Amino acid sequence: MPAEPNPTGATASGARVPARLAQAALRDVPWEVGVAKPDPTIVVDGVTRTFGGLTAVSVDHLEIQRGGITGLIGPNGAGKTTLFNLLTGFDQPDSGTWTFDGRSLGKLAPHQVARLGVVRTFQLTKALSRLTVLQNMLLGAQGQKGESFFSALVPALWRGQEKANTEKAMELLRRFKLDAKKDDFAGTLSGGQRKLLEMARALMSDPQVVMLDEPMAGVNPALTQSLLGHVKDLREEGMTVIFVEHDMDVVRDISDWVVVMAAGNVIAEGPPESISQNKAVVDAYLGAHHDAPLTVEDEDRQLAEAEAAIARESEGTEAGTSAPDQGGTAR
Amino acid sequence: MGEFIDAVAIAVKAGIGFQAVFLALLAIGINMQFGYAGLLNFGQIAFALLGAYGIAISVSQWGLDFWVGVLIGLVAAVVLALLLGLPTLRLRADYLAIATIAAAEGLRLLFRSVSATPVTNGSRGISGFNRQFVELAPWDTGRRYSLLGTFWSGADLWVAAVGWTLVALASLLVWGLVRSPWGRVVKSIREDEDAVRALGKNVYVYKMQALVLGGIFGALGGMIYAVGTGSTTPDQYQNANTFLAYAALILGGAARVLGPVVGAMLMYFIIQFADSGLRSLIENGVIPAGLLSTTDVAQIRFVIIGLGLILLLVFRPQGIFGDRREVMLDAR
Repeated sequence: MPAEPNPTGATASGARVPARLAQAALRDVPWEVGVAKPDPTIVVDGVTRTFGGLTAVSVDHLEIQRGGITGLIGPNGAGKTTLFNLLTGFDQPDSGTWTFDGRSLGKLAPHQVARLGVVRTFQLTKALSRLTVLQNMLLGAQGQKGESFFSALVPALWRGQEKANTEKAMELLRRFKLDAKKDDFAGTLSGGQRKLLEMARALMSDPQVVMLDEPMAGVNPALTQSLLGHVKDLREEGMTVIFVEHDMDVVRDISDWVVVMAAGNVIAEGPPESISQNKAVVDAYLGAHHDAPLTVEDEDRQLAEAEAAIARESEGTEAGTSAPDQGGTAR
Repeated sequence: MGEFIDAVAIAVKAGIGFQAVFLALLAIGINMQFGYAGLLNFGQIAFALLGAYGIAISVSQWGLDFWVGVLIGLVAAVVLALLLGLPTLRLRADYLAIATIAAAEGLRLLFRSVSATPVTNGSRGISGFNRQFVELAPWDTGRRYSLLGTFWSGADLWVAAVGWTLVALASLLVWGLVRSPWGRVVKSIREDEDAVRALGKNVYVYKMQALVLGGIFGALGGMIYAVGTGSTTPDQYQNANTFLAYAALILGGAARVLGPVVGAMLMYFIIQFADSGLRSLIENGVIPAGLLSTTDVAQIRFVIIGLGLILLLVFRPQGIFGDRREVMLDAR
């Protein structure tokens, strides 16, 4: 599985964009599952989550580089969203530890994780429909005095902070081109605008890590480009971005590092160029025997093997006393 | 015609009497919980029952001061809210609804049970606990006063005056809260809890605060009803009152500060007017006696109210004060 590092691909795209520090830092990292990164911000160790008999997530070791965009890909049911839920406290694993800047995130509630600076968005966009766009934004601000019950009753305590937050929110809304909609109910926005709003709202909390769950799903191509631009901007501002995406063009375009999951495991890691050539990845997406149809000889040989096995079984049962032949074939 | 005007006057009296205060306070509480925070409390009457019995038991059974009784009633309501909220507020909204509806019925049955009789006096109830409160009235409570063409006893007038003052204060508190960042968080929780969690707010604490606050309003409503009637029996606190309060809230407009207040006044006005208006029409011969007799009125008025509510939901689902755009957002 480990492929040779291929520096040519990485440098080619690294030269284009000025501030891709993470990509430069990751250039010499081998393309191996669980490889150590030069400056990890999130470290996952032995995290498993099972739902009944199904192992949804089983990650031995995973490090996320600080200040980079890490793409998380994998076929449906690979456990990407479950891993997101575990990392942000929305779900608790059966075992394992995971840290953010050396701080354990185990047993923390979602709001506590968010307060540490790890915010997320959702696969199904959660715009707060019956609040205005501006109110949606203001909700994202952290440490608001007016959010505690008793000081809420004394506007003098929170008015100044509210004003500052409103200015910040308007600045973000202008950047995301939603400022004209500030007094509209969020429920009246289009799907793509909701994605923008959700991302802008997450930024109100000045996060260090932004986790985007399928930010481009259901968004028209024109808006996809602008969303991509915004995600790249986050990196420019020094935030770490982890995102789940199915569109490989998007992943190739913006990721510094790609993590591939299948059936709950991380099956490959590497820069985007390395992923499409990786055999484990191709197997996970298309099935292990996708390029090897049975030849006539193979088919004959397998048939002969099966018949020989049946013959052995029936000899065995004749030597014994009873046992019907159907049991023999099944075995 | 004179009888018809009398019927309107009687209905107006009902709309501003202490019964309407009772309904308004229940509805203000439900507005906080359901209208703003999205919590389904289907047992608001249980809080009213605890408020009423907090006074009744403290004063009549234990011989305590009236105001100690008020305090006990409020504390009991807070405790009930915590007991109901602790296990259910981490779960889906339905569980709170189940727990509250069961608690309301359970408490009523407990208070009227034989084993509780030494304390609650069973289904006969408790009376004679409001003297200290009525004596506070600045006017002579023994006299009868004329107001808007109807007669009020001095005591009723006093209870109603204090009641509406409480309603005003409660509305002011709700107004102050929902325009603050606290109110913004609570309204966001109604829309989507997980989004609020992901933004670093402790959803559980906010839901608990809304539940407790709404419960306190409910308890105050129960107290006003108890001192207004001067006696309290468990069967006055049937859970149908909770749903009447929901109807009043929706009539006035949910998630609006004055929605529950105007809704409650109008609700009592309509209930009373359907009764007295129908009676006057039957007595005047406008409605022939063969079609409807005065003994049917008590039943038929609720049919009329039900019909009215259906028409309201069809033609004005946002209620009197609501914003139609806002209500329609859910029907995406």
